[in-house]
Amino acid sequence: MTIIKRGFAALAAGALSTALAVPAIAEPVKFDFWFGLSGDLARVVDTLCKNFNDSQKDYQVVCTSQGNYDATLQNTIAAFRAGKQPTVVQVYDVGTATMMLSGAYKPADKLMEENGYKIDYSDYFPGIARYYATSKGEMLSFPFNSSTALMYWNKDAFAKIGKTEAPKTWEDVGADLKALKDAGYDCPMAINISANESWQLMEQFSALHNQPIATKNNGYDGLDARLEVNKTKFVQYVTDLKKWYDAGLIKIKSKDLGQDMVQAFATGTCQVILTSVGDHGTVGRTQKEGMKWDVAELPVYAGTERKNSLVGGASLWVLSGKSDAEYKGAAAFLNFIHDPKTALFWSTNTGYIPVTKSGFDFMKSSGFYDKAPYKGREVAIESLTASEPTEITRGIRLGNFTQIRAEFGTQMQAIFANKVSVQEGLDALVKNGDAILERFQQTYPGKTLP
Amino acid sequence: MEKRVTFGRWTIGILFAVPQLLLIFTFFYWPAGQAVYWSLTLQQPWGGGNIWVGLDNFRSILANADYWNSITASLVFAGISTGLAMVVALVLAALTDRQLAGSRLYRVVLIWPYGIAAPALALAFRFILAPEAGFMAVVNKLWPGFWDPGLDGADAMASIIIAFSWKYVGYNFIFFLAAFQAIPRSLIEAAAMDGSGVIRRFRDIQFPLITPTIFFLLVINITESFQDSFGIVDIMTAGGPANATNLMVYKIYSDGFKGLDYSGAAAQSIILMLLIIALTIVQFRFIERRVHYR
Repeated sequence: MTIIKRGFAALAAGALSTALAVPAIAEPVKFDFWFGLSGDLARVVDTLCKNFNDSQKDYQVVCTSQGNYDATLQNTIAAFRAGKQPTVVQVYDVGTATMMLSGAYKPADKLMEENGYKIDYSDYFPGIARYYATSKGEMLSFPFNSSTALMYWNKDAFAKIGKTEAPKTWEDVGADLKALKDAGYDCPMAINISANESWQLMEQFSALHNQPIATKNNGYDGLDARLEVNKTKFVQYVTDLKKWYDAGLIKIKSKDLGQDMVQAFATGTCQVILTSVGDHGTVGRTQKEGMKWDVAELPVYAGTERKNSLVGGASLWVLSGKSDAEYKGAAAFLNFIHDPKTALFWSTNTGYIPVTKSGFDFMKSSGFYDKAPYKGREVAIESLTASEPTEITRGIRLGNFTQIRAEFGTQMQAIFANKVSVQEGLDALVKNGDAILERFQQTYPGKTLP
Repeated sequence: MEKRVTFGRWTIGILFAVPQLLLIFTFFYWPAGQAVYWSLTLQQPWGGGNIWVGLDNFRSILANADYWNSITASLVFAGISTGLAMVVALVLAALTDRQLAGSRLYRVVLIWPYGIAAPALALAFRFILAPEAGFMAVVNKLWPGFWDPGLDGADAMASIIIAFSWKYVGYNFIFFLAAFQAIPRSLIEAAAMDGSGVIRRFRDIQFPLITPTIFFLLVINITESFQDSFGIVDIMTAGGPANATNLMVYKIYSDGFKGLDYSGAAAQSIILMLLIIALTIVQFRFIERRVHYR
């Protein structure tokens, strides 16, 4: 009896939905999504888009790679000025301040609410949500691909010096690197000192040690924030790195020189590197046959109360000036990406970590982290959730931060080439960085960060 | 009476010029005017508004030590790479013109480098000059620490000069060879019969006769070394280490597009334009006097 009843109900519902869906079938609403990933990662995004398009019939997302994060932001700005902007765009972490002041977006939380989706924002890992949220906690964009920095270490090499665990403090790292050198390893640790490494060397280090990068809580509390990395623990860190470099314990590895640090680690040339969990897959795929290695949280100086590390990656912004139908589609797309099953698909195929607790739990329960090659990636979540984010470790909200990172690269190169002392270099970084911040502030007179 | 074709009314002349003027206006004067306007304002990248700041952008740029460093680097780059590209091309063209064995092959092969896009050749040179993997790795084995463009600014500058010169040797070569071949054989043969050697003939006959070409290439090479160096710098050094190769054109790109400082970048491009105009005027005023057009 109940079966018949259900059957009737289903039929009725079916007929109703067909009647409603007829115009939609004829013409699904198309909207654009621009992203900044390329190569393997771009193919994963394309599959993700295809999955979304196959999952329903009302909307069709057109996904276009713009090559890299910088180009995505540049092209989006150019398109916006011409009135041809995409509906959804992926913007990297440090572009958040620029986006917030642009006046060119539709707040993601409002969009979801208007279209009837209930998102539990407390489900996001606080370290991730706070990076992208306003100072009042509203989510203007959706966290998408996320990672954090880890220390990769070669177990075979450390076994030679009688160690079975990764060093937890920088003091231990110094001693271990010395021991590795004495054991005959030519390159105990590899670093690079371009703009890109500002992330693991300066930003992550400062967060872990609860040290500010800039005043005004790293810029969250105002555009008049100014850098202060020339008087924090960071000075000691650069001094130590330089000391180890001079002693031959650290080598500089970059693509320009012939081999980047991930390659140097995977081939067994160098025994320790600091890089994103996103490289976990690459190291696994390209490593020397039989090499044993693992990942660990970034070390801290002895006596430091460890704080959460920072999230890196990008979030999805919905731009203003689009039709209601397109916004409905965008909301459905964001809801699809928020789904734990999508998180599993996304993290399996890339090295990125899930951004929600439910996504993480779903992946854990499906045994994702138990076996190689994914084993070890849970360390990234541990690092991100090591503590409740403080006013300083929730993130960095500085204007034109891309240029400050470039300045970081410039000054580190000057320091390592013995052109300036550590203190002089960091003073110059602060001075030039402040000029960039001041200029950003002048460009937006009278405006405040939301 | 001599018959002349003239237009009765000046409007017809103007009408003939309109298509060309329209092109120049759309693709040069309009964007250039826009750049001037941007350089006098502070532009919000997303187009939310702008503020008139007069000459503030220029003042802050010219007060910046990094910018002067960038100008110096550009001048060093322009001077050395133009000299290198022209001298090498001149020698190669002179040899090819002498019909030495294989000169037909050189004539074709030497033109190729100019056809390669700057980023592609920069990638090739990045590998060739990589201190740990490429050709220079061998040199570094013999003299450890000799070559390190990753930290040594002079080495990095040498890398981009080599890459740029390599490309323009091909370009210059075509012009030099054409100039040499336009010299009447009888002049050279007469000199040879008078007993002058190869070097003497080159110095007294060929060189003076190709000065118009040399002058033309000098202007073009210097101008291009300011503009066409972008792709090479971007791929090979990205302006580093420590700004040693942050040429003016690369700084415009990184400040404008990466840093979203459109106004500062516009002001810098105005300064670059004025500098190139000034250099070209200097060349026409002082060097062209020594050029003999036939």
